[in-house]
Amino acid sequence: MSIEILDPVAEVIDNAPANRRIPKLGFLGWLSVAVIALALFLAIFGPMLAPYDPTLSNLSYSNVGPIAGHPLGFDDQGRDVLSRLMAGARTTIFGAAFVSLIAIFVGTALALLTAWFGGKTDTFISAALDVLFAFPGILLAVVAAAVFGPSLLSAGLALSIAYSPYVARVLRGAALKERAMTYISALEVQGFGAWRLTLRHLLPNISALIVAQGTILFGFAMVDLAAISFLGLGVQSPNADWGVMVSEGKTSLLQGYPLVSLSAVVCIVSVVAAVSFLGDRLESNSRGGNR
Amino acid sequence: MSESDIVLSVSGLRKVFGTQVAVDDMNFELPAGKSLAIVGESGSGKTTVARMIVGLEKPTAGTIIACGRDRSKPSRNGAERKLRGREVQIVFQDPYSSLDPRQTGADLVDEVLRVHHGGSGDERANRVAELAALVGLDQRQMNAMPKALSGGQRQRVAIARALATDPRVLILDESVAALDVSIQAQVLNVLADIRDQRGISYVLISHDLAVVRQLTDEAIVMQRGVVVERGVTSELLDNPQHPYTKLLRASVPGPGWTPQRARERAAAV
Amino acid sequence: MSELLTVTDLTVRLKMDSGMREVITGTSLSIAQGEAMGLVGESGSGKSMTAKAIARLLPDGAETLGSVVFDGVDVLALSGDELREHRAQVAVVFQDPRAHINPVRRIDDFMTESLRTLRNVPKGDARTRAATALEEVGIDDPAKRLRQYPHELSGGMLQRVMIATALLSEPRLLLADECTTALDVTTQAEVMAILDDLRRERGLSMLFITHDLELAGAVCDRTTVMYAGQVVETREARLLHGDPLHPYSAALVDARPDIDSTADRLRAIPGRPLSAFEAPSGCRFATRCSFAQDSCREHEQVITELDGGFVRCERAIELRGKVREGAHV
Repeated sequence: MSIEILDPVAEVIDNAPANRRIPKLGFLGWLSVAVIALALFLAIFGPMLAPYDPTLSNLSYSNVGPIAGHPLGFDDQGRDVLSRLMAGARTTIFGAAFVSLIAIFVGTALALLTAWFGGKTDTFISAALDVLFAFPGILLAVVAAAVFGPSLLSAGLALSIAYSPYVARVLRGAALKERAMTYISALEVQGFGAWRLTLRHLLPNISALIVAQGTILFGFAMVDLAAISFLGLGVQSPNADWGVMVSEGKTSLLQGYPLVSLSAVVCIVSVVAAVSFLGDRLESNSRGGNR
Repeated sequence: MSESDIVLSVSGLRKVFGTQVAVDDMNFELPAGKSLAIVGESGSGKTTVARMIVGLEKPTAGTIIACGRDRSKPSRNGAERKLRGREVQIVFQDPYSSLDPRQTGADLVDEVLRVHHGGSGDERANRVAELAALVGLDQRQMNAMPKALSGGQRQRVAIARALATDPRVLILDESVAALDVSIQAQVLNVLADIRDQRGISYVLISHDLAVVRQLTDEAIVMQRGVVVERGVTSELLDNPQHPYTKLLRASVPGPGWTPQRARERAAAV
Repeated sequence: MSELLTVTDLTVRLKMDSGMREVITGTSLSIAQGEAMGLVGESGSGKSMTAKAIARLLPDGAETLGSVVFDGVDVLALSGDELREHRAQVAVVFQDPRAHINPVRRIDDFMTESLRTLRNVPKGDARTRAATALEEVGIDDPAKRLRQYPHELSGGMLQRVMIATALLSEPRLLLADECTTALDVTTQAEVMAILDDLRRERGLSMLFITHDLELAGAVCDRTTVMYAGQVVETREARLLHGDPLHPYSAALVDARPDIDSTADRLRAIPGRPLSAFEAPSGCRFATRCSFAQDSCREHEQVITELDGGFVRCERAIELRGKVREGAHV
């Protein structure tokens, strides 16, 4: 049998921009990448690179503004603000990453379960999620602090649990849509098992959305963890953390020294904005080019 | 014809969705190497029959026996599921949703072979090449992502996937309906060649009577879940007996055809 | 017959990721008052884009060359109120009615919206006119249908609603873009009969776009065949099937299975349909044509008149009457 297939278009499409490996991000996208890279660098090396001991207080420097060698000045207890920012990056960034990773993992697992089994499993899990939706993340964290004592770990776990329903709800829709695609049915007819189908075929095809969800959650987690630390239920003073710094800076703020709170707020806002923007961009890129 | 020549046999098949009877008392036998058409319009239940045969839908009642084994109940374990996969396969209508967008044709067929037979990489590569040749795709097309392929090429990949495990029965669920005329003819020829070479049997689910005539030996006409007429395809189309079959036949445009409204047509039939 | 629509040398380029891509090249066609013209082609032939250009519905950033003249008016130059008036006179019915109707609004609202807002027809009058239009397309109990929502109607019924809605603005030209493709065959026959009646009763002109050559042949006066963005043949519809002029038209007829006989093998056309921007130079069909020779690939083909039709093939005279037999080889 000979059917000649002349197909110039395949070549045309192979060179099309949709196929290239480096995503199209634009200036703001690349700026976000730079901010995130810097934040990660600080999270890893910040505590080692901090010029002064972030917990060493010297009350004679209380609320002193920027001077030579101390570009951001001192807080009310006379600790070097720049050093505290650098040292605090670790708990702030890794705390938020920990929360979003756990929430993404639990949420994705729930979404895949509901999409795959449907029917009663779906109804049950969806109802359980609706109950969880009723509790705001912060409230759950406060309860956790009351029960297990205030610490970053208990606050983080509580937030993760509070976030996972959101992830599950968004991904459930995408997973259900993917589940209904005939390529999944065709492989089911081949006799492929549920594990192989969900993990090797379904999951990769919703991965772009998962990444996007993760970045959005990371932003939320940073803000909420900061708020929890601000309330005194997360990272405990004198340990440095951006949220704790905002909280502690409020006395300086009232006395007319805004730099302590302000520098921590600027750090939080820029990282949150960069991560959210990048996630948004990656998601819309994948929506445009995948099928 | 002896019993052992029957590769697929369906009896008393029934499917109810809620209060809606989608398929009622469907019966047929399909001999090896023969092709059967199930003809009908939307809502006739023809696709539900296909989905029940391949196990994507559970029958409310009735039996489906393929290659001597009952498949009307869900399979009990992975081995049985795979065994069924090697007996009956399906090619769906939409060439765009029927391939994983992240997998090339070669990887897809290779994965199917690995799941079913294992074997060495070389053995599988040979088999992939053999299947590609059978459906008329070259190396470059097999190694392309689905989005770089045209509808007809995707459908060939889907056929290669379905044939990878050498099934005895292939269900074609409107498999050529979405293709351009010139491509449809290529795919129909490929399907005819495969049947001649492999002795495979087809169940063609279709609303297109010309395609049905080209590919099948016998045909069943369904209307609202019920079989209204059956027979040898050529006779059924040349000399339809049931009013609904006559209506279907009269609705197909061709030289000298004029469209008529239902009332006029009912009077004419 | 006086021409209602004349398209001359229309070229359309669309803005795509990779720059401007040509989708129609130098298309010419004309439709007389009351005439039904079939427009047949495969994917990428440019048949839908031609209709969109006529209705001025091309996507943003599209470039057009050539002219589209409707009732003496240059369509491509229209804007504002004149453009709205043009769109009222040229109604479009698409393939998938559900994609073009708001699912949460009643049929009533959908049908009368443009009458009420653009023409200031009072609500009661608009509804009466909608009911009359529904009767005209063979829908019983129009008052009840008007109160229903789109999801309560079948695809065939909804397509009739779309046609009735198109009629409300009293158009003179109906662009039917694969409007029966998604319907069952029995429903298709019904919708075609309605369109046929409307054409006779109202003197409506029609551009009937389809991939189904036999359907076009059965309901149109003339048929135009497009390939890779170009018109390759225009011919009296009833002759196109049995006596085509262009090898592509012949190959299309031959590739379709026949409901009255089983072929040993279908005469498939090798390769796949191309779009204008991927087509080779010289004759665009040459790569798939069984009659192609070196000269075909070397020269741009031009439209010439032959036996009352028009054909874009330099070998048309030589191959006259042989294109269908030739495909048998």
